[in-house]
Amino acid sequence: MKSHVWRPLFVVLVVIALVLVARKLLVPADFGVGARGYMYGWHRAGNEQQWKEVAVKYKTAQHCMQCHRDKYDEMKESPHRNINCENCHGPALNHPDDPHTLTMDRSRELCARCHTRLPYPGSNRGVMKGIDPKTHNVGLDCVTCHWPHDPRKEGHKR
Amino acid sequence: MITRRSFCKKSLLIAGGLAVPLAALELFDPRKLLAEKDQKGPRWVFLVDTRKCVGCGFCVKGCKVENEVPYDANVTRTWVERYVVTNDGKTHIDSPKGARDGFPEKGIDIGHGKLEEIRDEDIEKAFFVPKLCNQCDNPPCVQVCPVGATYQTADGVVLVDRKWCIGCGYCIMGCPYGVRFFHPVYHVAEKCNFCYHRITKGMQTACVDSCAFGARRVGNLRDPEDPVTKVIMTERVNVLKEEYGTKPQVFYLGLSKEVK
Repeated sequence: MKSHVWRPLFVVLVVIALVLVARKLLVPADFGVGARGYMYGWHRAGNEQQWKEVAVKYKTAQHCMQCHRDKYDEMKESPHRNINCENCHGPALNHPDDPHTLTMDRSRELCARCHTRLPYPGSNRGVMKGIDPKTHNVGLDCVTCHWPHDPRKEGHKR
Repeated sequence: MITRRSFCKKSLLIAGGLAVPLAALELFDPRKLLAEKDQKGPRWVFLVDTRKCVGCGFCVKGCKVENEVPYDANVTRTWVERYVVTNDGKTHIDSPKGARDGFPEKGIDIGHGKLEEIRDEDIEKAFFVPKLCNQCDNPPCVQVCPVGATYQTADGVVLVDRKWCIGCGYCIMGCPYGVRFFHPVYHVAEKCNFCYHRITKGMQTACVDSCAFGARRVGNLRDPEDPVTKVIMTERVNVLKEEYGTKPQVFYLGLSKEVK
């Protein structure tokens, strides 16, 4: 064949070679077809590990119990037994090292999440004890009269 | 002048060349094989009991803090919807701030800071429905990704590679459940991943831990003794938008026809 055929063909081959080299350099080595095949599993395998390494912030009541056994036991006897400590006290993170003390949400809004009266038939919300925050002792924190660890007890004093 | 012999030779060569699949030209890489290797393990599923949900929104708060989703941005990986069906046949649906602060108002949030008040005696039924990523077995969000940044792991969770995502937003449009959004800080697609860092350590997801009513549960479908698996296998569970063929893996108890 004549050179006018080979010359463009050569250019095309060089372009293909460049694309392959660039691909080799840019695509991470662990990129591959995962367990779910080409359509759903085409990914960088190392990313799975990156997601596993995200820091755990909420350490659960079992973590709090190790030091605050008395509070834990009081909670377990109360109607609030299923509420996790960290729901109101904030995420434990690395407490007591970091942070040394936790934030504590004593706001009316926190209690109102469950105890705003919503008369909903067919939902468990309808049978929960509730108040209208617009008329029920406006301006006072709920914990002034109701002990959150055990709402059967009165007042926020120990 | 082409002879019969050279014509036959060349056409055979071209036909043979065309028959070589592109895959045969790919370079062999053992690390790629490692990524491919078959992994046996759990298949994470979720069970939502809408009858138990009271709309406190602790799950949304817990999720946002645990997964570092900017707290005041109006985006969230999980949210709770309120359905109020009145006796004139209308269904009122809202989810103020994704129920991050629960439902502090009795009125229905109709946007632009306006509330629609509904009289108690007009309510026929009302309930709350938590929503999160369905971790579909056939995830449409993964199919549409042009760069392989979102994928399904062997244990069934759909993840987003933040380093690889180009932020084109196809997956956000492709999800029929609207669970994906644009992360305001990383500028990539963001979604619920069943708290992958927790479930792979044997913990519960942050939303399950923060739910005081047992309305949310996470389980392993490959373990027949798992209490969640038992409920899914033996009780009347439903999924959202089954007609899309996505095979969602979040199962609902007590789902009503108003829920979409």
